Amino acid sequence: MAIQLEVIKSIPYFSGLSPNELDSIRELVFEKTVEQGEIILLEGELTETLFFIASGAVKVFKTSTDGKEQILSIVRPGESFNDVPIFDNSPNPTSAQAMTPVVLYGLKKNQLKDAVQKHPQIALNIIKVLAERVRQLMSLVEDLSFKHVIGRVAKILLEHAGDGATPGLRLTQQEMAAMAGTVREVVARSLKTLEEEGVIDLNRHRIIINDKKALEATAAYS
Amino acid sequence: MSEMPVIDQERCNGCGLCISVCTCQALLMINNIITIIEKEECTWCTQCEVVCPTGAIACPFEIVFSNS
Ligand code: SF4
Ligand code: SF4
Repeated sequence: MAIQLEVIKSIPYFSGLSPNELDSIRELVFEKTVEQGEIILLEGELTETLFFIASGAVKVFKTSTDGKEQILSIVRPGESFNDVPIFDNSPNPTSAQAMTPVVLYGLKKNQLKDAVQKHPQIALNIIKVLAERVRQLMSLVEDLSFKHVIGRVAKILLEHAGDGATPGLRLTQQEMAAMAGTVREVVARSLKTLEEEGVIDLNRHRIIINDKKALEATAAYS
Repeated sequence: MSEMPVIDQERCNGCGLCISVCTCQALLMINNIITIIEKEECTWCTQCEVVCPTGAIACPFEIVFSNS
């Protein structure tokens, strides 16, 4: 499909550019389609192209040495996800995987550089995008480094569990995150850890507490 | 009857991301309205909730003690 001007216009990098300027950007951009589940970028590799999402959604994550995945962000249309390695000329700090079928708009590093020189507004836009990214990552760091989140999640599970006769309150991971003062990604990870330890079972829309004592011991740490 | 994620149609902006993320075809756009149908195959993966930019989908968990 042809590169859509409407999509280029919706990309924060190019906001405030005149129609002519947007047109000149469009000429530099190329399209790449990616299948659902496909890995777009691998942590540690070098990239020469900055990618924007034209349609679909991409998961940006890091994998720890023991194979655990930590999602850093979900990226949606208009957003880019590999700015950091493009600007600091270093390997990808994260991997990226298509959550849906994805259409990407790519812009080669050197062409982006030329575009920034020709249209300084882009530089200001990039600063804003990166500042927002730093803010988002800072709050994630705060949550991840706060070790007792899993204890707070355990406490929420105990407080809201039904006994079978009376149904327990139903909570989304988002709601548990708000209650625990953290973000959804951290709740997802806490639940996974509790499941791996055999303390709970995730059975479709049910969280089954197998080992109440162990859960109480975890909650006592919060 | 299978429980399914809950949609708040008022909040939906019609972006369709949930439809493309779902592996069991439970989400459909019918007359521009996002709709969920019952699918046994839904694993409660919560990806539809995660991907939705407007918070229009909820995958709530029921928390229970095991009987054993
Ligand atoms: S929870 Fe997963 S499988 Fe179920 S409707 Fe949502 S995306 Fe589809
Ligand atoms: S992802 Fe959310 S906003 Fe987009 S179509 Fe689905 S319910 Fe609507």
